[in-house]
Amino acid sequence: MTVLSAASGVLAGFEPRLGARDPAWLAEARVAALQWVGEHGFPTHKDEDWKYTGLAPILAVPFDASTVASGSRVTAEMIDEAAVDLGGPRLVFVNGHFSSEFSRVTGVPAGAVVTTLAAVLAAGPDRLEPFFAHAPGVRHAFAAFNDALAEDGAFIHLPSGTIVDEPIQLVYFSDTGGVPLISSPRSVIIADSHSRATIVETYAGVDSDVYCTNAVTELLLAEDAHIEHYKVQNEPTSAFHVALLSVRQGRGSRFSSRSIMLGARIARHEVRVQLDGVGAEVSLDGVYLPQGDQLHDNTIFVDHAATDCTSHQLYKGVLDGRAHGVFNGHIMVRHGADGTDANQKNKNLLLSDRAEVDTRPRLEIYTDDVKCTHGAAVGQMDEEALLYLQTRAIPLEAARGLLIYAFVHEMVDRIELDPLRAQLERVVATRFGSDATVVAP
Amino acid sequence: MSAPTTSTGISDEVRELANQEYQYGFVTDLETDVAPRGLNEDIIRLISSKKNEPDWLLEWRLRAYRHWTTLTAPTWQHVTYGPVDYQDIIYYAAPKPKKRVESMDEVDPELREMFDKLGISLGEQERLSGVAVDAIVDSVSVATTFKDKLAEVGVIFCSFSEAVQEHPDLVRQYLGSVVPYNDNFFACLNAAVFTDGSFCYIPKGVRCPMELSTYFRINAADTGQFERTLIIAEEGAYVSYLEGCTAPVRDTNQLHAAVVELVALNDAQIKYSTVQNWYPGDADGNGGVYNFVTKRGMASGRNAKISWTQVETGSSITWKYPGVVLKGDNSVGEFYSVALTARRQQADTGSKMVHIGKNTKSTIISKAISAGHGQNTYRGLVDMRHSAVGARNFTQCDSLLIGKDSGAHTLPYIEVKNQTGQVEHEASTSKIGEEQLLYCRQRGIPEEEAVSMIVNGFCREVFKMLPMEFAVEAQKLLTVSLEGSVG
Repeated sequence: MTVLSAASGVLAGFEPRLGARDPAWLAEARVAALQWVGEHGFPTHKDEDWKYTGLAPILAVPFDASTVASGSRVTAEMIDEAAVDLGGPRLVFVNGHFSSEFSRVTGVPAGAVVTTLAAVLAAGPDRLEPFFAHAPGVRHAFAAFNDALAEDGAFIHLPSGTIVDEPIQLVYFSDTGGVPLISSPRSVIIADSHSRATIVETYAGVDSDVYCTNAVTELLLAEDAHIEHYKVQNEPTSAFHVALLSVRQGRGSRFSSRSIMLGARIARHEVRVQLDGVGAEVSLDGVYLPQGDQLHDNTIFVDHAATDCTSHQLYKGVLDGRAHGVFNGHIMVRHGADGTDANQKNKNLLLSDRAEVDTRPRLEIYTDDVKCTHGAAVGQMDEEALLYLQTRAIPLEAARGLLIYAFVHEMVDRIELDPLRAQLERVVATRFGSDATVVAP
Repeated sequence: MSAPTTSTGISDEVRELANQEYQYGFVTDLETDVAPRGLNEDIIRLISSKKNEPDWLLEWRLRAYRHWTTLTAPTWQHVTYGPVDYQDIIYYAAPKPKKRVESMDEVDPELREMFDKLGISLGEQERLSGVAVDAIVDSVSVATTFKDKLAEVGVIFCSFSEAVQEHPDLVRQYLGSVVPYNDNFFACLNAAVFTDGSFCYIPKGVRCPMELSTYFRINAADTGQFERTLIIAEEGAYVSYLEGCTAPVRDTNQLHAAVVELVALNDAQIKYSTVQNWYPGDADGNGGVYNFVTKRGMASGRNAKISWTQVETGSSITWKYPGVVLKGDNSVGEFYSVALTARRQQADTGSKMVHIGKNTKSTIISKAISAGHGQNTYRGLVDMRHSAVGARNFTQCDSLLIGKDSGAHTLPYIEVKNQTGQVEHEASTSKIGEEQLLYCRQRGIPEEEAVSMIVNGFCREVFKMLPMEFAVEAQKLLTVSLEGSVG
């Protein structure tokens, strides 16, 4: 079956993953998703949400439709290096498929489920039905592609009142060994009322492998659930990364997500949060540090559909070389969503004459009882501050490093997991001058 | 004669002049008054020949028309309206004398009430309502005085049609240089079918001795729905231009697609102020003007400055983004806007600042007020090109919401390709302050008045950019437009 003719010759040959025992709804959803891609094609710069993110480099790669890539080179050391072991449960996926060799499921409280999507698909996937049924308005080719092809990923279910102390680590590692591969991990996290957990997702791969990670992570937070989410994207610059984090929040629930975007040639991290329950709170932060030819795109949509919800966004970027940063934040306040408190901030620091930033913070408000603000700023290093430091005998390079460190530090500080924070500090130090860490606490 | 500088201070002479039938150009020798409905090349040839235009202008119109036929109307703006049948529009009609009424008693009482609230003088009311005014003045001498005063310093200020006849070289040099005929759907339509507008040329080093206003232009009343304005400020020149009026304009044309082009050369300054109060439609959203305007300034010279100030309270649908292309080094662009949407009005408006030259600066201050079912969108672009070393922009967009069904949307686009560029954008959206309202009401100020005070305070930054008397009227206009939106 070749459904992709209209979309792109490059991706022709892909077929929906149909299991022999799949229920009808799943098979239908997968076929329909691929058909949707065929009919609508991949986004272009004419799509408002993709205006600044050119996909030509991704679509130019002749991705292999065959599913298997051994990942024969992966070692435990490589995994550890990519994702610092946080000591708790750790699920590792190699090329989108679960690897029991590198994974560990310990410290999971009784009743809680930490398993794989493949296991759930095999055992009876009916509980996944609400997740594979995307609303048509939300859909774009990559999400649909994932719908059609996703076979594995994490599946986490926290029953009411469950508290998981250790962070749950999900590592998506790619080792495609020269085969240009698209992996489509899909993770589903269901947090019942009053449950609590920390989830850490890390994406990485073998240097100079050409591949595309097309990930979807879905979270459903019931009443008063509390989830802290972290994402570290550190794919090699030969790879592409497109991800959708889709969150629905119930009454009084709290969700926070902090994104650290470092790698990939083109990376897009899209976050969609639907605040369905009264008094829900969401806090989204991100730091992106593209250099060379990298493009980092943060697209955020927060939908205030209930009263008295709060949302915060703070995204900061430091751009070097010919890097391109995109921020596309959108807050929607529905008619009747009174008592909304929403804000959104994007700040960018340009280090190079060839770097480019496109930022589009956006407010769409259909009721009057709101307090919404947004701000965006683009600038370069403060010359006066540099001079000040130099007059105090700090060499120019170190002074620059300090100022960049100061700029990023606000984001670093928000990371509550020590090993992750240390990892980001190391990156900042090596990239922008090692003196920064010496001076800074 | 002292130069009349504002709408309230308008002199009897000028009012009289405004009541005259158009005496110049093409009108008198018309064979037909109205072209058939619809748009095709023959209609364009007809318009061009009626206006006795040179061949190059006809060719330009035809190129625009041919291009226009390949375009479809844009749909990206955040407004909804029924389809426009472009073949159901009369693209050419000779200016007709308005229906005369004998005294103000015959004028629609609702309209008169509005005039009173705005504080428009009786004489002015009469002019706007088309009442025959018996001012005994030699209109020719007024025209002469007025023109003489400008001619003394070399300023050309006339209708577009007149400029095409009298100053074809200037028109040819600058027409379409800022807004090319293929710029967008509506600008393209305008290029094909525009019938008249204003032309203004300020020679080198001249500071225009009076505020130029469409009020003073004898043909202003009937320039119709496809107006085209071209203002050129030569090196070191200065001009302040006022467009529109605060009085309610009951225009029967639903679609208005105007184009305004400004050119500022080295050290020149253009200040362009607009008050727009076209018919906004009734409370259910029936009727009302579609105001789809392309306005752009080219700060092509060093240290040039172009400033847009607008107060938009009318039209059922507004769609305009006055912008400045900052091409000259050290050039400055400014945009100050108050946009009010009440009833079922929808506005998608904002500014575009394109920084090309070094050390260019732009400021955008936008105040949006939504009441009733009004939907107000700020859509702006700040584009800093690679060449714009040391460019700066500051943008502030504030929205005030009055009523559960109102909406305010903010969509800035910021594109920076220069390390030394600096952009700051701030926006806020909030409900009208209940504490402020309570405070006022405790002191015996009725709610409606209190709302008006708060709204006017909210817009102060923009109003202070308007010429003074205009600012006073604009405040009253806002109050009137908000009526019935409170409580």
